[in-house]
Amino acid sequence: MTHPIPPAVRLRDAVASRGGRPVLRGVDLTVQPGEVVALLGANGSGKSTTVKTVIGSVPLEHGTLELFGTPYGSFRAWHRIGYVPQRTTAASGVPATVREVVSTGRLPQHRLLPFRRKDRAAVDRALAAVGMLERAGDGVADLSGGQQQRVLIARALVGSPDLLIMDEPMAGVDAASQQVLADTLRSEVGRGSAVLLVLHELGPLEPLIDRTVVLRDGCVAHDGPPVPETGLHALPGHDHVHPHADLTPPRLLA
Amino acid sequence: MTEMLSYDFMQRALLAAVLVGITAPAVGIYLVQRRQALMGDGMGHVAMTGVGLGFIFQTSPVWMAVLVCVLGAVTMELVRSRGNQRGDIALAMLFYGGMACGKLLVSLSAEAGSGSLESYLWGSILTVAPADLAAIAVLGAVVIAVTVGLRRQLFAICQDEDFARVTGLPVRTLNLLLAVMAAVTVTVAMRVVGLLLVSALMVVPVVAAQQLTRSFAATQAASIALGVVVSLAGVTGSYHLDVPSGPAIVLLAIAVFAVFSALAAPLARRRHRGNTEHGPKVCDGRPPVRGPERTSSDTTTPERRAGLAQ
Repeated sequence: MTHPIPPAVRLRDAVASRGGRPVLRGVDLTVQPGEVVALLGANGSGKSTTVKTVIGSVPLEHGTLELFGTPYGSFRAWHRIGYVPQRTTAASGVPATVREVVSTGRLPQHRLLPFRRKDRAAVDRALAAVGMLERAGDGVADLSGGQQQRVLIARALVGSPDLLIMDEPMAGVDAASQQVLADTLRSEVGRGSAVLLVLHELGPLEPLIDRTVVLRDGCVAHDGPPVPETGLHALPGHDHVHPHADLTPPRLLA
Repeated sequence: MTEMLSYDFMQRALLAAVLVGITAPAVGIYLVQRRQALMGDGMGHVAMTGVGLGFIFQTSPVWMAVLVCVLGAVTMELVRSRGNQRGDIALAMLFYGGMACGKLLVSLSAEAGSGSLESYLWGSILTVAPADLAAIAVLGAVVIAVTVGLRRQLFAICQDEDFARVTGLPVRTLNLLLAVMAAVTVTVAMRVVGLLLVSALMVVPVVAAQQLTRSFAATQAASIALGVVVSLAGVTGSYHLDVPSGPAIVLLAIAVFAVFSALAAPLARRRHRGNTEHGPKVCDGRPPVRGPERTSSDTTTPERRAGLAQ
């Protein structure tokens, strides 16, 4: 089947390493416009590295990357991409407000020009979408982990991207924020945005996902529709390396 | 006061102090944001080699220091951006090498007097010549234009480099630009506070200001204001008390930091008072097992025993 519109992401035969250790050994990944793709796999399987090659922060040693049909080297339409990194400590060495952090998401729009009224309105809309508008003037360091994650998502949404890339958006997020994230994602998908999600397990986002790509040892082990209910555990050869899956029974017994 | 201002050298000293008071925190805030607060120190060490080369070749030590310091800063940035695990060792070699090389070159040069290197190490603001002041003004204007004019861009790359790359910013170019601005600031501030205390004027006003601020923009504005105030007060004080200006400026800045830190805790409490409406002021519910009650009754109910076992 051919698509008249080029795919949002087209990664072919990607080989990449980090700190001298080979992490990706020939990964193929395609995300069509409007499609929601979940990238699954055990720790160390190369999920995050795949995402970092797509945004260009880990260079490809071999293989090709096209974004919206343009080779990575000549791609300039960055306003079409929203990126939500894995939440580390969102606070830096100097205090910054929620509004200041989210405003950096408008840089592809205003570039070197001053930050204008319509940029400020877009920041307000994105903050309202994740329920953080009333915290706009607060320091990001004063927020909980789930609230910080919502701020990072607002920062990615503020430019109304056509492709949303999220690295473990549900990790360490409380139930209330998980609900907000799922609702936000649903409305973005409804708007027609493509989504590439790194997930540890499908969890509450499962109904939204069109396709799952499972990585193992830097290679694609599965690429197809999500397996209902059972998710990753139903796949042939699944080796149960999730720490929580192994640790849960003994912790309950203790 | 008017007597002090009637001297040409004092007018130049105060002007230089204002310029350095603005530029040092304006650049320093980005280094603090990226948790590289001590980078200015390293650049000060590297600049010593430039001063030494200036003595050897009989050229202006200031411009030679700018050149060497910019080269050093670019090297440091390349080491940092590669994320090499042995990067800190490479930086240590650069810092120590720069300092040792500087002292060696100065001692080899013809005009090696005992005080010649001293004036660059600790600053000698009262000997700022009109030509020096012109150089400080030009370099300072460039630094201010970049660090204030590109605030949103530089904030983005120091806050989250990966995200900044996805917004299409030229991350590598901006990182190099920031490193060069820091190098230029070190050499501009060299005459005022000296190479050994340059970093203090880049860092202390910023960390003092952020005790009381919540936003980056306010921190930048407040730290620049603070930098100007402590620089002017330090130079004025050093004139009246006949003490060196660099240490006076730095000790004053540290005193301001101490006062602001003491003010920060009560201010934060007042700020959070508005947020406590939703819950009780203190925990009112008492856990079931408590104090002496435990010894008398813990054997009676199995629930209690289970609670203690945890």
